[in-house]
Amino acid sequence: MFPSRAGPAARAPSRPLAAGLLALLSTAGAWGADDGRGGALYAECKRCHQAGRGAEHRIGPHLNDVFGRRAASLEGFPYSPAMKAAGAGGLTWTEATLDAFLADPHAFVPGSRMSYAGLANREERGELLAWLRGFSGAGSDLPPAEPTITPEEYGLDPQLLTISGDPEYGAYLAGECTTCHRYDGSDRGIPSITGWPLEDFVIALQAYKRAKRTHPVMQLVAGRLSDEEIAALAVHFRNLADEP
Amino acid sequence: MNQSNGTGGLSRRHFLATAAATSAALTAPAVLGQARPRVVVVGGGAGGATAARYIARDSKGAVDVTLVEPTRTYYSCFFSNLYIGGFRDFASIGHTYGALAAGHGINVVHDWAVSVDRDARSVGLAGGGSLAYDRLVLAPGIDFRPGSVPGWDLSQQNRMPHAYKAGSQTQLLRAQIEAMPQGGVYCMVAPPNPFRCPPGPYERISMVAHVLKQSNPSAKILIVDPKEKFSKQGLFEDGWQRHYAGMVERVGPDFGGDKVEVRPEAMEVVIDGEATKVDVCNVIPAQQAGRIAALAGITNEAGWAPVVAHTMQSREDENIHVLGDASQQGDMPKSGFSANSQAKVCAMAVRGALTDSSVFPARFSNTCWSLIGTDDGVKVGASYQATDEKIAKTDGFISEVGESAELRKATYEESLDWYAAISGDIFG
Repeated sequence: MFPSRAGPAARAPSRPLAAGLLALLSTAGAWGADDGRGGALYAECKRCHQAGRGAEHRIGPHLNDVFGRRAASLEGFPYSPAMKAAGAGGLTWTEATLDAFLADPHAFVPGSRMSYAGLANREERGELLAWLRGFSGAGSDLPPAEPTITPEEYGLDPQLLTISGDPEYGAYLAGECTTCHRYDGSDRGIPSITGWPLEDFVIALQAYKRAKRTHPVMQLVAGRLSDEEIAALAVHFRNLADEP
Repeated sequence: MNQSNGTGGLSRRHFLATAAATSAALTAPAVLGQARPRVVVVGGGAGGATAARYIARDSKGAVDVTLVEPTRTYYSCFFSNLYIGGFRDFASIGHTYGALAAGHGINVVHDWAVSVDRDARSVGLAGGGSLAYDRLVLAPGIDFRPGSVPGWDLSQQNRMPHAYKAGSQTQLLRAQIEAMPQGGVYCMVAPPNPFRCPPGPYERISMVAHVLKQSNPSAKILIVDPKEKFSKQGLFEDGWQRHYAGMVERVGPDFGGDKVEVRPEAMEVVIDGEATKVDVCNVIPAQQAGRIAALAGITNEAGWAPVVAHTMQSREDENIHVLGDASQQGDMPKSGFSANSQAKVCAMAVRGALTDSSVFPARFSNTCWSLIGTDDGVKVGASYQATDEKIAKTDGFISEVGESAELRKATYEESLDWYAAISGDIFG
């Protein structure tokens, strides 16, 4: 069962394809044929974006059929006001605009919530874009989308994701976050945390709480948050994205 | 007086709850028998402006918030050293109050609060008016203790600037550093504990050294310090050795750093009876709570305003909350981050007292970034909880000597983002 908003990729392929066959079928530089660099560069994107069959919006929007798409045009993703304005102003994702965006996201769309400092190397951008292009126009010939984050990779109990949070408590606790995290995103190492899916938010904070992620401030903050408090914060920051 | 105020507070709260319930039962708009509860906040810095913003924003108009701040543009002390070091332009540390007025309906009054009538619950203004309150939030920052550095007073601050309230003083100090003769001496008279921003004087030394190394490499920096130790000492001394070897000398209390006087007319610093001629003298005197706290009668002998950690209420008057540098709260350093953190606890407590909003356990945190040289940032941080006695530290961390250049650069860049975030959190 795939969400309808995933577009063409939501159509399940008629048969599973082996990786080797995919390599033969795919066009140059696409996900199946890559010798490693584009795919390796894409690994950083995968922490926030899904692409492939059944891809959903996560911290970032899904990347299926991004080539040719108007910016901020997918339903169901809480785009930043800046990205919405860029889309309304006519920004469409092409080889050239994606290249400029990836080179310096916060110069190209100031106020974007994408927490990515940019990829300075033009050649690497080309390889990353070639890899990404494999997810555009491929219809159902896509490998399944991979999860952005799982509780298992940090040895977390999946039950932690089922705790329901109190938004009012979350709003109070969020005061401790917004001293450093801007609502509008950042390119300097303090990421936007607005509009994250609940799972991604809870797993990230639980990983800091258990020192499976290393940032000292985040370990300090998360270290004293209870599971219920983490759930409350997750719900608050998810809801924030729906505010005008 | 406390007792009668306390009774009044309880009655009021009960009345509001009853009135709200009644109007809800009649499915009529919540028109109360009297005006909205009034909060007056004195001081528009990291503590006061945050409290005003959070109370107004989260009460969604149910509380009438007035912010009293004399300056039209607030220059933050945090990051003012980076201006001195040439890493920020001056406008980038300036903030105005338009968003608080326009975005949150806060009544911003540009005036000085000069008196507090705790019985009548009103604040007198230098401009002649007065403001009535149900809760008063005092966040006046610091003032200097008269006579703490013999020979120095405010009439001498142009010859020997403190630059410890950011603004014209900061610009003056930078101009004096730039005008130093080649091979000249910059002297800092460092303050005794407790004082605003514990790493601040030493970050400033780093920034002054950074400027002089480029424009005046034979210049010397002298720190006259009454303290045995100081914040992030190992990190700063390591950094000075790496970036500015041979430039910085510190005279601690063992060698008379606690016995200092100044002669502004002669541009002399007298250390334990021995006079030294200097070219720039940055005197950071001993400090106490901003004067309005003393005028309100809520300060102790040390000059600070003791507070209850759970709510940031004055221990002298439960209708007054004190935030930030002016408060004596326990373990938190006096910093903009701390004031901002305390303001959120205060805002939650004030809303809980004046409306029917929920009250949650107080929690506090602080992180202080300092810049030692280009792309060489360090930080110290801690989390805190409220006990009946004080705000008590629960856990903490500090950067380490020998960290990679990449980590130091990332720490500096993190501080840039923090500055942008906290500025938005304070001023909207």
